[in-house]
Amino acid sequence: MNGAASGRASASRGASRAKGRALTEGQRAERRLGLWLCAPAAIIMVVVTGWPIVYSVLLSLQRYDLRFPEDKAWIGLSNYATVLSSEVWWNAFWVTLLITVVSVAIELVLGMLLAFAMYRAIVGRGLIRTVVLIPYGIVTVAAAYGWKYAWTPGTGWLAGLLPGGSAPLTERGPAIAIIILAEVWKTTPFMALLLMAGLAVVPEELLRAASVDGASLWQRFTRVTLPLMKPAILVALLFRTLDAFRIFDNIYVLTNGSQGTGSVSISAYHNLIGGLNLGIGSTMSVLILVTVAIIAVVFILGFGTAAPGSER
Amino acid sequence: MAEIVLDHITKRYADGTVAVDDFDVRIADHEFVILVGPSGCGKSTTLNMIAGLEDITEGELRVDGRRMNEKAPRDRDMAMVFQSYALYPHMTVRENIAFPLKLAKMGREETQERVERAAGLLDLAPYLDRKPAALSGGQRQRVAMGRAIVRDPKAFLMDEPLSNLDAKLRVQMRTSISRLQKSLGTTTVYVTHDQTEAMTLGDRIVIMRAGLIQQIGPPQELYDHPRNLFVAGFIGSPSMNVVPARLEEGLLRTPIGDIPLRGRLGRAAEGPDVPRDVIAGIRPESFEDASLVHDAEEGGTFTGTVDLLESMGPEKLAYFTLDTGAVRSEHLSEAGGEEAGEECRLVAQLDPKSGARRGQPVRLWYDTQAVHLFHPKTGENLTER
Repeated sequence: MNGAASGRASASRGASRAKGRALTEGQRAERRLGLWLCAPAAIIMVVVTGWPIVYSVLLSLQRYDLRFPEDKAWIGLSNYATVLSSEVWWNAFWVTLLITVVSVAIELVLGMLLAFAMYRAIVGRGLIRTVVLIPYGIVTVAAAYGWKYAWTPGTGWLAGLLPGGSAPLTERGPAIAIIILAEVWKTTPFMALLLMAGLAVVPEELLRAASVDGASLWQRFTRVTLPLMKPAILVALLFRTLDAFRIFDNIYVLTNGSQGTGSVSISAYHNLIGGLNLGIGSTMSVLILVTVAIIAVVFILGFGTAAPGSER
Repeated sequence: MAEIVLDHITKRYADGTVAVDDFDVRIADHEFVILVGPSGCGKSTTLNMIAGLEDITEGELRVDGRRMNEKAPRDRDMAMVFQSYALYPHMTVRENIAFPLKLAKMGREETQERVERAAGLLDLAPYLDRKPAALSGGQRQRVAMGRAIVRDPKAFLMDEPLSNLDAKLRVQMRTSISRLQKSLGTTTVYVTHDQTEAMTLGDRIVIMRAGLIQQIGPPQELYDHPRNLFVAGFIGSPSMNVVPARLEEGLLRTPIGDIPLRGRLGRAAEGPDVPRDVIAGIRPESFEDASLVHDAEEGGTFTGTVDLLESMGPEKLAYFTLDTGAVRSEHLSEAGGEEAGEECRLVAQLDPKSGARRGQPVRLWYDTQAVHLFHPKTGENLTER
């Protein structure tokens, strides 16, 4: 038994070694062609994303302020110490986190409702799908200006609904709420699209089986549809969380980060472009990259247990 | 356990298509009823109406005398087994089987006990903690059965539960379903397109075609006394042979010889509105190698050259081509028999001792009293009216 098993194992190892060595001429040509076909994309990626990332890491390790170019020097990690002990950075970080969590949560619920509406609608399905997708088709900056004017006292139709003299975009709480509103309005359709794709993979027969088994509409949703949609939900959440954490354009237009409403991206921008402090700005960018990477890793670890039907 | 009454039930869709037309059957408590027919005949729609997955347009569905038309599926207390098994992929076998009990808010201990009992009945005990993806087709099918029996429902509804299995497993599961139903005694409605399943499983068979019931009865009755050409062609494998025939004075002229019109054939020929040109049907087992028949009184003989010979073990199937055109009838094309060619073919089921050889002529005897006559237009069985 044991001998047979190990014999089989060594045989298969031998086979795979033989396979690795004995590539035929045709296989080698195919492999070469594959590399050539990948090369342009790989080179472009290295040039336009790989190098800038490396360059900003290098900048983050230097004292480099364009106002004092002669002070440029390698200072190790002290930029990181500066940023991580700065109240401004942490304020921006928590604001970003708040916007991310609240907007993604609202988008998930609304997106699910819209996905159901788009998927289940019997009459006017085309119309519903078109209407739902309109916000997604509008340029974010243009939409952000729309929201900005709408909330500006005197001219805006939404500001007009508020009690006289209130200027919501100049107060921290209301401004953040408006930023979240603009973000939700803009990206819920994207969420709904991803979730609709997930809905489509739930077999109709399972829902019928569940209803015969005694499940109510809500039980069918929570016990059959949701578990089967889990991978789609995680993908949607991953995309949206990564996106939301890097929020920039809505804030840039609506408040430009005043009254403590700036996100980490806004902070990085202000230091890098406004303040011309390449060292500190790059440090912030690298920290954003690290945070986004952590979020992605957490989600991807979640995927492993998510696939329905996977053994354990 | 329940009596299910389908009282003149009709299903009409919004576009006017009638899927089921005036379906009227009373299914007794403990009974095993098969709905059989070619695809699109309305058998699954009927089952879905019983389950509550589709609305009933007209008529009334009663279970134990109570009207069910407006009840949601979950309030009907019926269990359904689907062709795809419809197992929940994110749950283990145990959770799948326990799902209906969990929804019914049954206590933990009783749930546990019932799941174990169902699993024991279906030999699923070793797989209780696996996910459906890790099971074979036959095991999945048994889990679907387990989920149905665990609740002890009023009725089992089965929608082609065996059609995704390979042939051998299908036969195996067929007997175990039959045994299970007999021991539980639960009223069962079973949908299939396979006439063998219908013949072997059911107490009664309901044959459907294009939304209409063709005939209802026990398997043997449907086999021996088909009411029309469709039923005759659908039930039985190999299918009944059909040949063109002509009624003349005291004789039925067929490509396999002239048959005197006596007994039931005589009575059939004397009936009202009987055209002169009819369709004659005779089952393959009504033939025998003439050399093996000693008492060949009530019978005709026919000599033909064997095109093809299939040795099945307990019998031999001999195929012949008759020098006449094939019978064309809308009643046959849907019955799912052999694809009708240009020529009229005949199959005879012979004793394995028969000396028939391929390419050689053989003299066959056939039982003339086993011949059925059908109306060429309406398909009605003239010998059974």
